[in-house]
Amino acid sequence: MQPQNSQYAIETRDLSIFYGPFEAVKDVNLKIEKQKITAIIGPSGCGKSTLLRAFNRMNDFVPTSYVKGEILLHGVNLYNKEIDPVEVRRKIGMVFQKPNPFPKSIYENIAWGARINGYKGNMDELVEQSLRGAALWDEVKDKLKQSAYALSGGQQQRLCIARAIAVQPEIILMDEPASALDPISTLRIEELMQELKKNYTIIIVTHNMQQAARVSDYTAMMMLYEDTRSGTVIEYDKTEIIFTRPKDKRTEDYVTGRFG
Amino acid sequence: MSTEISSLTATNQERENWATHLKRRVRWGESAIESSLFLVGVLTIFVTIAITIVLGDQALLFFADPEVTLVEFFTSTKWQPQAGQFGIWALVSATLTTSAIAILVAVPLGLSAAIYLSEYANPRVRAVLKPILEILAGIPTVVYGYFALLFVTPILRSIIGPDKIGVYNMLAAGLVMGIMILPLISSMSEDALSAVPNSLREAAYAMGATPFEASTQVIVPAALSGIGAAVIVGISRAVGETMIVAVASGATSNFTFNPLEAAETMTAHIARISGGDLPYGTVDYNSLFAIALMLFLVTLVLNLISQWIVTKFREQYE
Repeated sequence: MQPQNSQYAIETRDLSIFYGPFEAVKDVNLKIEKQKITAIIGPSGCGKSTLLRAFNRMNDFVPTSYVKGEILLHGVNLYNKEIDPVEVRRKIGMVFQKPNPFPKSIYENIAWGARINGYKGNMDELVEQSLRGAALWDEVKDKLKQSAYALSGGQQQRLCIARAIAVQPEIILMDEPASALDPISTLRIEELMQELKKNYTIIIVTHNMQQAARVSDYTAMMMLYEDTRSGTVIEYDKTEIIFTRPKDKRTEDYVTGRFG
Repeated sequence: MSTEISSLTATNQERENWATHLKRRVRWGESAIESSLFLVGVLTIFVTIAITIVLGDQALLFFADPEVTLVEFFTSTKWQPQAGQFGIWALVSATLTTSAIAILVAVPLGLSAAIYLSEYANPRVRAVLKPILEILAGIPTVVYGYFALLFVTPILRSIIGPDKIGVYNMLAAGLVMGIMILPLISSMSEDALSAVPNSLREAAYAMGATPFEASTQVIVPAALSGIGAAVIVGISRAVGETMIVAVASGATSNFTFNPLEAAETMTAHIARISGGDLPYGTVDYNSLFAIALMLFLVTLVLNLISQWIVTKFREQYE
């Protein structure tokens, strides 16, 4: 029994992720705090997205990929043989880099996920509640039957967030959710994340240092091993510590922009 | 400051040099390619128009004949040129029946195969299965015809009973025609499914969709334009298919939608009659063009219907 278990939403133990013979991510040990925002930062190609996608087993779709080590959700290893990845993804939602709403109506975008997850309650209520949760309701309440593609990029991304929270996951993974958006839409997404963390644990991958500093409570700094080209977490701490007095010189160079 | 001024006040000599340098060039190769592409495009349109004109012209001769009336042609259900009876429905019914059977076979099977290949099969299985399926498309239709007559029909007769289904019947022809257009439909549908952006697939799976839910409720609707195009081409192939029905479905015109009966389709009739020694300019001869025109029309109407269904149900992604 681990008494601190309740404090953490999800945890990795000696996690390594492989694509065929290539070890993309090596020996990651992270304990992600509940109802906090954890940012994963680091240079391009250091395995941030790969690590993020391991949490909801999206890497399963790469035929040659496999993991060593464990990812524990409520003490259960998500990579156990008897674990159903479909069920994992129902508990751990995801928002992608480029907004990817379904080519359906705004309403259906949200209702669909709830329906396949066996939601039996009042769908209209759930749609409204999810759209309100994503700060989108006022903008779309009069055009729920319109195609989601009629929305702006920023609105589409908030729709994707609404869609993710409609299935009531515990954790929401965000893979550079604002990198394709303009600064105003980005700000709205960041504000929304602060609202969301009251109910959800958020893990966000971002290239944007300021964004990580602004929105996150904890930050994991990733870096490549020079020899093997495997990525790993070199430092993980409270965000203010990472950005003001990091222990690792490489982290300091990176967050102050003196890298490379 | 001084550099700006000097760049604005270029000498006449400099200006001339640059004007020559940037002067529009004549690119003969480009012009030649553009005109030849244009000619080829015009040629295809011209051929289509020419065929339509010839068909229409000869068909007019047919309808101008005192033996024939437009009303009879479009309402009568008897096609017996020897007896002066020209009711097109006797032939249309067979075309529609065999084509409907073919589509009922080919669309569900072809689409399932496409979904399997595009959404379920791993790349290695797919690399083996897809070419095998496409070999089906390379079998000559006359072989399919004899396959229907000599293999499928005997099986059907032993299942349904030889007194209920004849040696020539529309069911065997339709079933085999379905197998013939199956690879076409599966191959085109598979292309349409593969063209659906991966981001939609990821979105569906990240919501906790099973592969079946993702394929049937997100990916297939998004690919419906392409799948619809596959079905339209499939229908056109079925309606226009001649050899299979000529061999396996009988050579007597018969107004019926019962697949167990023998009946001659429009195409099979044209093939049979035009192969004989019809004197030029007779009613029989001209009737072939009227049938051909009708064939055109049936294909067109079926295409329009499928197109309408597709635009109604497709989900457009940008």
